[in-house]
Amino acid sequence: MRYAMAIDTKKCVGCSDCVVACQTENDVPIGFCRDWVVEVMDGTYPQLELEIRSERCNHCENSPCVRCCPTGASHYNEGGVVLVEKNKCIGCSACITSCPYDARFVHPEGYVDKCTFCLHRVKKGMQPACVAVCPTKCMYFGDLDNPRSEVSMILEKRKWKTLIPEAGTKPHLYFLI
Amino acid sequence: MHEEIIVSGRNNPLIDPQLHIWHWEIPLYLFLGGLAAGVLFFAALYTIRGRENDYRTAVKIAPFVAPIALVIGLIALFLDLHHKLYFWRLYTTIRLDSPMSWGAWTLMLVTPISMLWCALHIKELFPKWDWKFDIIKDVLAFFEKNKKVLAWIMLISSAVLGIYTGILFSAFNARPLWNTSILGPLFLASGLSAGSAITIWLSKDHAERKRFAQLDLIIIGIELFLIIHMFMGFLASTQVQIDAANLFLGGEYTAPFWIFVVILGMIVPAILEILELRKYKIPVVIPVVLVLFGSLMLRFIISYAGQVSRWLY
Ligand code: SF4
Ligand code: SF4
Repeated sequence: MRYAMAIDTKKCVGCSDCVVACQTENDVPIGFCRDWVVEVMDGTYPQLELEIRSERCNHCENSPCVRCCPTGASHYNEGGVVLVEKNKCIGCSACITSCPYDARFVHPEGYVDKCTFCLHRVKKGMQPACVAVCPTKCMYFGDLDNPRSEVSMILEKRKWKTLIPEAGTKPHLYFLI
Repeated sequence: MHEEIIVSGRNNPLIDPQLHIWHWEIPLYLFLGGLAAGVLFFAALYTIRGRENDYRTAVKIAPFVAPIALVIGLIALFLDLHHKLYFWRLYTTIRLDSPMSWGAWTLMLVTPISMLWCALHIKELFPKWDWKFDIIKDVLAFFEKNKKVLAWIMLISSAVLGIYTGILFSAFNARPLWNTSILGPLFLASGLSAGSAITIWLSKDHAERKRFAQLDLIIIGIELFLIIHMFMGFLASTQVQIDAANLFLGGEYTAPFWIFVVILGMIVPAILEILELRKYKIPVVIPVVLVLFGSLMLRFIISYAGQVSRWLY
């Protein structure tokens, strides 16, 4: 099983509902966020091109954060989801400096925190909070190893990219373009 | 035009707008680790070569700096942890992929070795010292007999420690400035230079000082060579590494790097050491302090600038 997410940059309107949903669902401390929305503008007026991306931890298949963690607190969980076990984390921040996407932060309680793909919801058969709440339904979540999952099917149909593939992290967040 | 903004307003403390998660603790820890490695390396080297009496300070006096530096370094590392109560988790597992884990275990090995080495030579500093308990005397007598073996272990472990201080950074491919294997040998060389500076400082013996001034000159030459190669490598690499190099070639870290690290930390002390070898009277403390300062600044600047350098997407 390999969980992944596909996000349609053509449908996303940048409303940031996913960000708020995550903060509520996961009790993210005030002033922090586990996901965020990036707007990229390219070209010269009037030939402008806009891409809007809802970003979060990429749950990389070859994740430098897991490799650099000295205690094993950062680990691959069910479906390749990268999690931090807070009682093992010493807060050395090696994983934070090792993440090319700056997806992690230090929780005010001292351990390192980040997106979990809402594994607690997924285990119950629900969608991650951000996916569930998106008003344009621009996010797809599922198992890459299952060819009939929503995410596999949309990746089959559409053109996509991942972020900084040259960093060698093998991200599990796909952006439909 | 290419403009990228985070419209949801991400502002995670210590991460945004620019990563600045590592402050003074990590560079200080790396400097002290490198310094200790340098001192222990020379002590071990001259013991193995049977020159204890020619280089008395290097073998018997300077190593006393090492355990002090290591303990302060460990305290700095501890201060850097955000989840301090769990620090023991470092020692419940060995993770060969993680440079932090390597460092923690290397220090666990080197610190007691350096203390043992000092215990063997404590009479050099305190001639009247008495260990009181026979068991301690027996243990020390055992190591005294096998000192060459101990010196070999110390030589290798201090080299590992010295290289590790650079590898800690270079293992992070997320920060293009750090992602060069030259940092390992460069930080090792910088540590050796700091170690020989300490020896020059503590030594009263003219021949020994001369030998270490010569050694330091060679090491500074190697450092300059490594720095040039580092930039050549960056400039011939991808855009992210060219951008990283440009932090030092016109960017925000240009002045501190070239002035503090290269000119004040390497070139000026090298000139002073050459003058001294040519029999000019130069107060020894000036080149020594400059070398130590340069070595410390190298860690700080690489640490800070590395956190600024990043991938583009
Ligand atoms: S995005 Fe960053 S935190 Fe997430 S798995 Fe990849 S390297 Fe780790
Ligand atoms: S901060 Fe925690 S999760 Fe990150 S590398 Fe250190 S111990 Fe591992």
